Amino acid sequence: MAAPFDLNNDGVVVIIGSGAGGGTLGNELAQKGVDVVILEAGARHEYDDFVNDEWDSFTQLAWKDKRTTSGDWRVARDFPNLPAWIVKSVGGSTTHWAGASLRFQEHEFKAHSTYGKVDGASLLDWPITLAEMEPYYAKAEAKMGVTGTNDWPRLPGNNNFKVLKAGADKLGYKECHTGNMAINSVDRDDRMSCQQTGFCFQGCKWGAKWSTLYTEIPKGEATGHLEVRPNAMAVKINHDASGKVTGVVYADKDGKLQEQKARIVAVAGNSIESPRLLLNSESAKFPNGLANSSGQVGKNYMRHTTGSVYAIFDKPVHMYRGTTMAGIIRDEARHDPSRGFVGGYEMETLALGLPFMAAFLNPGGWGRSFTTALDHYDHMAGLWIVGEDMPRAENRITLHADEKDEHGMPIADVHFDDHANDTAMRDHAYKQGQALYAAVGATRTFPTPPYPSTHNLGTNRMSEKAEDGVVNKHGQAHDIKNLFVSDGSQFTTGGAENPTLTIVSLAIRQADYIANQMSEKSI
Amino acid sequence: MVTIYERKPGLSRRELLKRGGASALLVISGSAVISPQHAWGLETSALKPETMATLIQMARDIYPHDQVPDKYYAIAVKAHDELAGKDPAHKDLIENGIADLDTKAGSGGYRGLGWEEQRVALLKDIETSPFFQAVRGGLVVSLYNQKEVWPIFGYEGESYSKGGYIKRGFDDIEWL
Repeated sequence: MAAPFDLNNDGVVVIIGSGAGGGTLGNELAQKGVDVVILEAGARHEYDDFVNDEWDSFTQLAWKDKRTTSGDWRVARDFPNLPAWIVKSVGGSTTHWAGASLRFQEHEFKAHSTYGKVDGASLLDWPITLAEMEPYYAKAEAKMGVTGTNDWPRLPGNNNFKVLKAGADKLGYKECHTGNMAINSVDRDDRMSCQQTGFCFQGCKWGAKWSTLYTEIPKGEATGHLEVRPNAMAVKINHDASGKVTGVVYADKDGKLQEQKARIVAVAGNSIESPRLLLNSESAKFPNGLANSSGQVGKNYMRHTTGSVYAIFDKPVHMYRGTTMAGIIRDEARHDPSRGFVGGYEMETLALGLPFMAAFLNPGGWGRSFTTALDHYDHMAGLWIVGEDMPRAENRITLHADEKDEHGMPIADVHFDDHANDTAMRDHAYKQGQALYAAVGATRTFPTPPYPSTHNLGTNRMSEKAEDGVVNKHGQAHDIKNLFVSDGSQFTTGGAENPTLTIVSLAIRQADYIANQMSEKSI
Repeated sequence: MVTIYERKPGLSRRELLKRGGASALLVISGSAVISPQHAWGLETSALKPETMATLIQMARDIYPHDQVPDKYYAIAVKAHDELAGKDPAHKDLIENGIADLDTKAGSGGYRGLGWEEQRVALLKDIETSPFFQAVRGGLVVSLYNQKEVWPIFGYEGESYSKGGYIKRGFDDIEWL
């Protein structure tokens, strides 16, 4: 059963965050006999507790702590205090994610050498290659039950997918299918198969979609080597005179500050909270924050070039029935600068319920132009664009100068300006998406602006050279050998693919590395 | 708290004519806004009932859905009355905002403007004001998050209790 560890136990690995990175790393280490404490800021809601109602679920799961925003992105205007739509709950954003599990393409690990110099972008090559990642991708796919791998069938296509597929065929796209989804298409791993219920974003009440909440975490707990401590908000990482980290200060469920001692600390709080914590852990020895001798902590914030296209038809679709992300077109994911931009994008079906469609179709919109769209809600189909955005040093997470949270920790400010490449890619994708639906007979289409970010990446990036980034190829801080980053903030560049599979694969790989280093007494 | 109560039409046609004029859809009676035709009423406690009636019309003009009855717009804006009871600044925001609209509309007030386009033109002028933003921002949740309106739009809501859509039409599209 779950092992409660003493606050003074300085032999444990402390992981901050229980999502794709933290939850996976915790289980992988526990399976190897390493003692782990996961500090999770949110509460523990098991999948029976999930609510299939968009706003009620948002209240239950979302990370709603105030953040501020700046920059030219429309989210800063429409949702100034909600730059990201991510989760504060055990399981992190793996409760909310749609399940798309795609490997990076080979060239995406070599963005700088493939794309060349792009003005206004801080592109780098990853210090690892696809070949090095492949065995870990395979382990992650097997762990997560990814459809279309390991002889698991793909999910059946719902109405929204069928419209997408018909349009893809008309446009001549070749690679269109129901995706590689970490959603059971058959009963496996003591979890049932997808019942086409919808509400994937609100937590899968069947447990068919992979989430660390009901896979990695209970498996780790069963070893007796893993404790997940919910309602534990990390506020500072402490270190000793030598510069090694020694423990994590957190606010417990009553708001009281505690310190959990640690042999190793791994930060996995998503790409806004992870740099916030490192920056807030400044000290006389590290005046710019932990692991920040490069000045790169918080910089190069990426959020994928996103947007949606919704379309109305003269006949019903009922897009909300079934899997939320029910299919994909991959043809545009290639790197082909003749389109006017570097990198590529995926098109994936997406459906929102009526309440969220009203909130996100055209935030701030009103009047008949807006409402006549919703009048045909049941005749709508929709897709989401997800493409590689350019890292920029100016796009960054900083600590707010004045505003603090209830624990006295400065809140995060998120600054983002679109790069010209991002805008060119989005415009191309809008055009393709609108053409696709027009080809199937859409009477009206809507190029819908990006939602608050779900793919937050890059703010503690991985680099070959210490001066270019925050962590090395194992997610280990260049500056501090017993400090790791285990979430999407370690991404050097974003790729076109939904990031979770890569985060999980990196966590499996990192667990091997940490366990080896521990047994060699290097850390 | 139940904000809307169903009631029998209590006003005679003559009284209706006297109070609201023949074209009025909503009638003010004491502290309530009443829809005689549809047999519901909404009592206000902080805002003037006339203000609430105008707010309901304004809500419809912001998010006009001709197939959605007034009742749901009334439910959607009722929270402003509750908030106005707790927060004098909010009461001022709403009362002054509505008064301003009535002034701009001329002698018959905002509700006296016969065409939606006329009312929308006034709203366009105040679109960036805190008053308009407060009304619109709350409304986008409070109108569309009412489970009772979902069927009007063909949205079925949760399906878990029915076993999902796997046997209930997730792939039933026939026209492609």
